[in-house]
Amino acid sequence: MKYVDEFRRGDVARGMARRIHESVQAGRPYRLMEFCGGHTHAIARYGLTGLLPDNVRLIHGPGCPVCVLPIGRVDSAIELALRPEVILCSYGDTLRVPASNRGSLYQARAQGADVRMVYSVTDALQIARDNPQREVVFFAIGFETTTPPTAIALDTARRENLKNFSVFCNHVLTPPAMRHLLAAGDAVQLDGFIGPSHVSTVIGSAPYAAVAAEFAKPVVIAGFEPLDVLQSVLMLVEQINRGDTRVETQFTRAVTETGNQKARELVAHTLALRDSFEWRGLGQVPHSALAVHPDFADFDAELRFALPYRHVPDHKACECGAILRGQKSPRDCKVFGLVCTPDNPLGSCMVSSEGACAAHYHYGRFMETAEA
Amino acid sequence: MSKHYTRPLDFKHGLVNLTHGSGGRAMAQLVSELFAPAFDNEWLAQGNDQAILPPPGGRLAVATDSHVISPLFFPGGDIGSLAVHGTVNDLAMGGAEPRYLSAGFILEEGLPLADLQRIVHAMARAAREAGVAIVTGDTKVVERGKGDGVFISTTGIGVVPAGLTLSGDQARPGDAILVSGTLGDHGMAVMSQRENLRFDSPIVSDSAALHTLAQALTAASPGLRLMRDPTRGGLATTLNEIASQSGVGMRLKESAIPVSPAVRAACEFLGLDPLYIANEGKLIAICPAHEAEAALAALRAHPLGRQAALIGEVVEDSHHFVRVRTDFGGERLLDWLSGEMLPRIC
Repeated sequence: MKYVDEFRRGDVARGMARRIHESVQAGRPYRLMEFCGGHTHAIARYGLTGLLPDNVRLIHGPGCPVCVLPIGRVDSAIELALRPEVILCSYGDTLRVPASNRGSLYQARAQGADVRMVYSVTDALQIARDNPQREVVFFAIGFETTTPPTAIALDTARRENLKNFSVFCNHVLTPPAMRHLLAAGDAVQLDGFIGPSHVSTVIGSAPYAAVAAEFAKPVVIAGFEPLDVLQSVLMLVEQINRGDTRVETQFTRAVTETGNQKARELVAHTLALRDSFEWRGLGQVPHSALAVHPDFADFDAELRFALPYRHVPDHKACECGAILRGQKSPRDCKVFGLVCTPDNPLGSCMVSSEGACAAHYHYGRFMETAEA
Repeated sequence: MSKHYTRPLDFKHGLVNLTHGSGGRAMAQLVSELFAPAFDNEWLAQGNDQAILPPPGGRLAVATDSHVISPLFFPGGDIGSLAVHGTVNDLAMGGAEPRYLSAGFILEEGLPLADLQRIVHAMARAAREAGVAIVTGDTKVVERGKGDGVFISTTGIGVVPAGLTLSGDQARPGDAILVSGTLGDHGMAVMSQRENLRFDSPIVSDSAALHTLAQALTAASPGLRLMRDPTRGGLATTLNEIASQSGVGMRLKESAIPVSPAVRAACEFLGLDPLYIANEGKLIAICPAHEAEAALAALRAHPLGRQAALIGEVVEDSHHFVRVRTDFGGERLLDWLSGEMLPRIC
């Protein structure tokens, strides 16, 4: 497959791994957080940890869209979906996110809720056009990557005067989350970030500069292919060795400094910054999420259905919070692989294959038995 | 029933209605004008509540399978051909020679008779090609909205040659794991036609009857341990089933697993893994290592096995893990499929 296979070549990987081994300084820790679930997935899927020196440690970050969705928000979505007039549309993984009382949108569907998995928000618009007597709600989730499609949907709905379409907006933002992680008192020790890939195609590399400078941590924006991740590790190792704390872009084939100007304008026009938003695992993070812009209030599901927000604490035994903050790894969790499995996820990190726990469960758990 | 008093079924514009399942004249007409001529064989022609079959002359294999696919028609097949292939293959994987099928139809009110005719003819063709006779059947009609066009349930009977014993618990450390061709074609062909997805692709379902391929294999590898067709859950799930059943682990080589470029590309942009995607015309075989070469040659000599490959070996492992050596040099677990296969978000 052209433009894909090139980034998965084993011989190049081995060469890159050799260079990383040559570059690391013995005794020095390189604790690198891969922010995105896409990276987590690539690392687990291609077994990258096995190629790295022992003192290079990859720490999973909170960049898995369904993992950071707080229970209260999923509860609201379920409440919406159970209304007989509502058709709730969302992206695939969202359907399995555990809510209160072991519920999920999947469960709601079994109870009669009309929940539809869509691949694109344009499908949700079409469902609204085809069902004028029903209320079609798009359950929008994801980082900056998925904001432009939501923006286009809002814009289209207004232009077409689609009165039965609305957006339940749960988009979250990357730079504020990075800042929050680094600023937290009990923060995990990090030496650098493998920075977001697809997110940065939209917002560009510039937004990370302030974070890198303020906390003196290097950031390398990396693609989601395994070679991208390895090369970024090498770039971070070299920066750390030099004492640099710059924002560098490894993913140059798609990321510019300013990102996608048109997409950013459209997002700014249709979505507005929230004062604060709850993240699963991180708690309330100021200025870290988007709501439907007041100019598009007619299409805001939170207003249309007067949805109240209720904070719901995570299950006591679940370590998703600490895992999303990089303080613990899945194997530190008592319920990992026992009570909490991909078939019966207790915590959100076990839901998506981008989640640290699910990635480890699916691809990596044999390593523990080898060590044991 | 005299033909003179009945208007022939309108296969151009007609729709299935509740009377077609009510046991009355309309149902009899559906049977006599569609099912009976399409499936025509001496046992069905007995016209009784049961088909009475001759003595089999060997151990019997029985398998049943219900088919609920959406969409009903897809590139490379339809629910009719699939309903035959699915059950024939379940028999064939045990080394059985498929002989007879039963077919139960649950039709949804409003299904175009043209669609039903197309499906029944495809089924009849598939059965003829596979050398099985559809000897008994049943038709029910459910109200509109209570079915998905048509559901077909088939049960098959086959005869196992003397001396042949294949079973999922017979894989032994050191054995070779073979697959008869590219993986994921059926699942992706169906997915490319889904209402909310439709993408243009050259992917065609691999739906096919595997009994002659299976026979070629059993002839070439006398020590053959087992065969399985990796349908739902794909290669990954089937290998995990075998590993548990035999109490062994497996080691695969990713680069050896055949996947067509089109399936790889489609999986890539949908965020799916081809090793979890359903197949309807592929088999996995496990045989002693010293027979692997002959087995592979036999598969490759058959039209349905041209792209057969040796993909790994059975190992000792108390955890029954199926592990894959990636092209990248790392190693990962190939786990059971959990839940429904869902695409990732970003």
